[in-house]
Amino acid sequence: MSQKNEEIVYLDNNATTRVAPEVVEAMMPYLTQFYGNPSSMYNFGGQVGEALKVARKQVADLIGADPEEITFTSCGTESDSTAILSALQSFPDKRHIITTRVEHPAVKNLCDTVDTLTGHKHRITRLKVDEEGMINLEDYKAALTEDTAIVSVMWANNETGVIFPIEEMASMAKERGILFHTDAVQAVGKVPINLKDLDVDFLSLSGHKLHAPKGVGVLYVKRGTAYTPFLAGGHQEHGRRGGTENVASIVGLGRACELAAAKMEEENTRVKALRDKLEKGLLDTIPNSMLNGHKTERLPNTANISFEYVEGEAILLHMNRYRICASSGSACTSGSLEPSHVLRAMGVPFTAAHGSIRFSLSVYNTEEEVDFVLEKMPEIIESLRKMSPFWKGD
Amino acid sequence: MWEYTDKVQEHFLNPRNVGEVDDANGTGDVGSLACGDALKLTIKVDANDIITDAKFKTFGCASAIASSSALTEMIKGMPVSEAEKITNEDIADFLGGLPKEKMHCSVMGREALEAAIADYRGLVLPMAEGEIVCECFGVTDIEVRRAIQESNLRSVEEITNFTKAGGGCGKCEEKLRAILEETVSVAREIKIAEAAPKRMTALQKIKKIEEVLEREVRPGLRKDGGDIELIDVDGDFVTVSLRGACKSCHKSQTTIKEYVEAKLRELVLDTLIVEEANS
Repeated sequence: MSQKNEEIVYLDNNATTRVAPEVVEAMMPYLTQFYGNPSSMYNFGGQVGEALKVARKQVADLIGADPEEITFTSCGTESDSTAILSALQSFPDKRHIITTRVEHPAVKNLCDTVDTLTGHKHRITRLKVDEEGMINLEDYKAALTEDTAIVSVMWANNETGVIFPIEEMASMAKERGILFHTDAVQAVGKVPINLKDLDVDFLSLSGHKLHAPKGVGVLYVKRGTAYTPFLAGGHQEHGRRGGTENVASIVGLGRACELAAAKMEEENTRVKALRDKLEKGLLDTIPNSMLNGHKTERLPNTANISFEYVEGEAILLHMNRYRICASSGSACTSGSLEPSHVLRAMGVPFTAAHGSIRFSLSVYNTEEEVDFVLEKMPEIIESLRKMSPFWKGD
Repeated sequence: MWEYTDKVQEHFLNPRNVGEVDDANGTGDVGSLACGDALKLTIKVDANDIITDAKFKTFGCASAIASSSALTEMIKGMPVSEAEKITNEDIADFLGGLPKEKMHCSVMGREALEAAIADYRGLVLPMAEGEIVCECFGVTDIEVRRAIQESNLRSVEEITNFTKAGGGCGKCEEKLRAILEETVSVAREIKIAEAAPKRMTALQKIKKIEEVLEREVRPGLRKDGGDIELIDVDGDFVTVSLRGACKSCHKSQTTIKEYVEAKLRELVLDTLIVEEANS
């Protein structure tokens, strides 16, 4: 298995990432000899508790937070739910939520079902985006009201990589005494974040998007912010989240955050250069292809490109033959019968939305891999276009 | 990732009969870019009513391409009368099965085949006539009813898997449920009627024939400016008269035998013989 994986060209790092070898190494002792419960009184448990402390500090350092502002959870989705439902419980009289039309399902679907979950009727403002996937701050300003309990806006979009002006948006909420949550699952580790300087009250991050294992996440809660736990139970996480800690994964996440801080510059130089080469190469060599998302206000690792008149799943399965991994926003891959809600919110025409492919890189990608993809993609698209009743030739 | 059979993958990676038949005499165009899949099927039928060539062009996912490729393989060399009996289930079976969420790809194949055969015969399909139920994917009530009957569908989710109806905004869910309930209860009645065909009185038979003509036959004919009238029912002999544009159409005999009679046999009594009244 591990040998075979070496041949893979993995360009789907916004879906999940390879666990860094250093992370595995850091985790191993906690999967083997140090199996104590961190809450136990004896040294055998206490030393595990110490490891959690180290990890908490490592995570806090990456995002410019204090360790006590870090709560470990099971995933980004849990963090999102906790933040939003906590805010609604803290302000039971406020019944308005502001979010965007392009949120990850973790926030989008929670907002869709929040009335059932809470037993109260809420008004939800879903901010629209322009054709580059960018929000209009005037719309946002107009949406903030006295009735607003929480704003939940993603830091960077998982499909397009578009980065929202979180700093400004958080300040605007703060001025009006409104809580601000950001799903930063895609942003953490890819762009610098310093929460000390920001008016962000809640931030979600996920381990497996930054080379830690799946099944561990973090909710940052700014000191002094009203908070109600989502998982009631034991006193773990200072009473903020019941349940025995996922020790090994938390230790892994801590190490991954340390590595991410060290590699931040590489991400924004070498990885970005690879992404740019891939993007430019594809747009130059394949006719009727276009970039989805803002040209510059974007994560350094993401390129979402549409190939007109062909369908995404078919493209992906051809790429799969060459062991190239990526994602698509087409209907057949979205799990529904309609293309991605993000691309539709941006007004990407159907001719292009069904044939969108998201390439997302990581520090583990090489120039050889990008060259290989640039060599294979034109023939894949051409072969499918030859089959398409809508393709009328170049 | 979808669980595709080896045969689906093989047909997707090495599709047969891609392109358009040069001297085609039947074309079926179904689906659209907006829907996410579309199929253009062209066929060449010879003087003996044998499909001598078939080619496809498909925009869509792996199972749409594989279904199209399979369809062309299945119908090449087949008499039209055989080909028109092919169902979406046959296409799926040929491929060793399709994931249930992808059954609509095989339905698209069957629809394109029907459209191509109708085009060859100069007929208009009744499908396009029905009332649009699902606006997102442009699916009509006739298509939904047919899928329910043919594939024995029993839930709205299954209807979506087979026809795509309800797979967009979901606003038509109630309508789909109503059609499902109605179609299932009609099917039950028909089953009861089939179980005791001899007990159908002449009056019941006439009523049933009128119903089927109204629901299944007229809409298609009216689109072409034609119509049909029931003149008499004597035992198994059903006399009808074509009106309007149908009257002067040189294909009227085909319409009566292959369309009207087939429908009445399917839905009323399989011994019926339909004849045109001498005018």
